[in-house]
Amino acid sequence: MIPASFEYARAGSLREVLNALAAKDGTKLVAGGHSLIPMLKFRLAQPARLLDIAHIAELRGVSEYRRGARIGAGTTYRELMESDILRERFPLIGEVCRTIGDLQVRNRGTIGGAVAHADPASDMPAVLIVLDALINVRSKRGKRAIEARDFFQGAFTTALVEDELLTDIILPPSPRGAGSAYVSFAQAASGYAIVAAAAIVARTRKTVSHVEVALTGLGDVAHRVESTRQLVGTKAEPEVLDKVAAEAAAGIEIQGDIHAPAEYRRHLTAVAVRRALDAALARAR
Amino acid sequence: MQRSVTLSVNGAERSVRVEPRALLVHVLRDELNLTGTHIGCDTSQCGACTVLIDGRAVKSCTVLAVQAEGSPITTIEGMGRADALHPLQQSFWEKHGLQCGFCTPGMIMTAADLLQRNPDPSDDEIRHALEGNLCRCTGYVNIVAAIKDAAATVRAGRSAGAAA
Ligand SMILES: Cc1cc2nc3c(=O)[nH]c(=O)nc-3n(C[C@H](O)[C@H](O)[C@H](O)COP(=O)(O)OP(=O)(O)OC[C@H]3O[C@@H](n4cnc5c(N)ncnc54)[C@H](O)[C@@H]3O)c2cc1C
Ligand code: FES
Ligand code: FES
Repeated sequence: MIPASFEYARAGSLREVLNALAAKDGTKLVAGGHSLIPMLKFRLAQPARLLDIAHIAELRGVSEYRRGARIGAGTTYRELMESDILRERFPLIGEVCRTIGDLQVRNRGTIGGAVAHADPASDMPAVLIVLDALINVRSKRGKRAIEARDFFQGAFTTALVEDELLTDIILPPSPRGAGSAYVSFAQAASGYAIVAAAAIVARTRKTVSHVEVALTGLGDVAHRVESTRQLVGTKAEPEVLDKVAAEAAAGIEIQGDIHAPAEYRRHLTAVAVRRALDAALARAR
Repeated sequence: MQRSVTLSVNGAERSVRVEPRALLVHVLRDELNLTGTHIGCDTSQCGACTVLIDGRAVKSCTVLAVQAEGSPITTIEGMGRADALHPLQQSFWEKHGLQCGFCTPGMIMTAADLLQRNPDPSDDEIRHALEGNLCRCTGYVNIVAAIKDAAATVRAGRSAGAAA
């Protein structure tokens, strides 16, 4: 389990990273390395050179941003879990982090690496979709902001192009009093989701005024759920919840694998969506 | 191509010549002869290779040695000596937290990270922290007991220190 040879350099500044990416010479970025190094070990990836971005201070940390939050791409899961701003404003982030990998993985893995890698079973994409996150990317050509719901395009495929660096993620403020939840049926050995649902719900008096649900694990990319939008304007009666949960997988091409056949994933989807909605509703004020 | 890499391991600066592709665990074991750090899998799942980098538990099979340059590294050899065991080592011994001992260095390094941030963890918190460390012998019960015991020793030591 020894990777193929490559050159290695440590980037000291954003400019250096953008220049290296603009050269399009086969440089691969490495942040925490917890997606990339396992792939190098199996020789699923054999880049010519690695550029280490873990020491660029501008890419790290969580700060307040317009009543929401700004998260640097190089922020580790552990740092996300330790952030007071996220704990108060976006408890969903801490909740999802607790399900990701293990203590050691959370000490190294970064949110930017997870998002750029876009493993179809990874946990963070669904959460960023329901939080309406904006993903900020930068290249020598300029900057752009991409909505999370448009960012994830397929297995290991995102809207990022070759010369772009993911710099930070913006979380806009959630609707007042919103409740959120993440429910994952994880594969026992790897911890990756077989099916997982992220949900955020807000109500005005008893009536649902906002809802977003997204799924991960069941297809090749995280999906925003359409059916749950029917909850808006209802009082989230049990029959309505059952109906939208049963319809959640409609239109999604579900893939089976050695961990779970497609039919079982379809069943789990309804269960995960229902449980995530129930928990989010119970937490909404 | 080989290059010189200087690692700060257990408080000492150690220079080695390795390729960038060298994994930290291989450098620790094969270049620095620190064989207490074990290799138990190819898939970053077993935790036998856990060391502290910047005080945080990480799987050294999933870190390149070049990535660790400039950061303090602690391996099991840096925790205690045979005649002055670290409280975690003492408790693993006394509470029978090991059988074959293969997983033990990794367990201790992960537990050290846990106890830094949570000096009084519950059984559940200990089990959650050990999610990335596999043991094929003990069934974990005695490992949890050992970590609880060590936590109590450290707390007692701290308050004794504070009182003195
Ligand atoms: C044992 C184990 C268990 C795991 N369990 C889970 C789990 O349960 N759930 C889950 O979701 N994930 C899991 N993971 C995956 C882990 O969460 C991610 O791999 C990790 O967070 C990726 O971040 P990184 O910094 O390590 O990325 P790296 O490995 O450094 O990089 C990953 C990819 O992203 C690119 N990249 C990194 N940063 C940027 C950037 N700023 N801009 C552009 N491109 C960038 C790199 O070039 C590379 O292609 C697990 C991983 C391991 C090893
Ligand atoms: S050797 Fe198994 S996790 Fe590192
Ligand atoms: S004591 Fe043998 S693997 Fe844990």
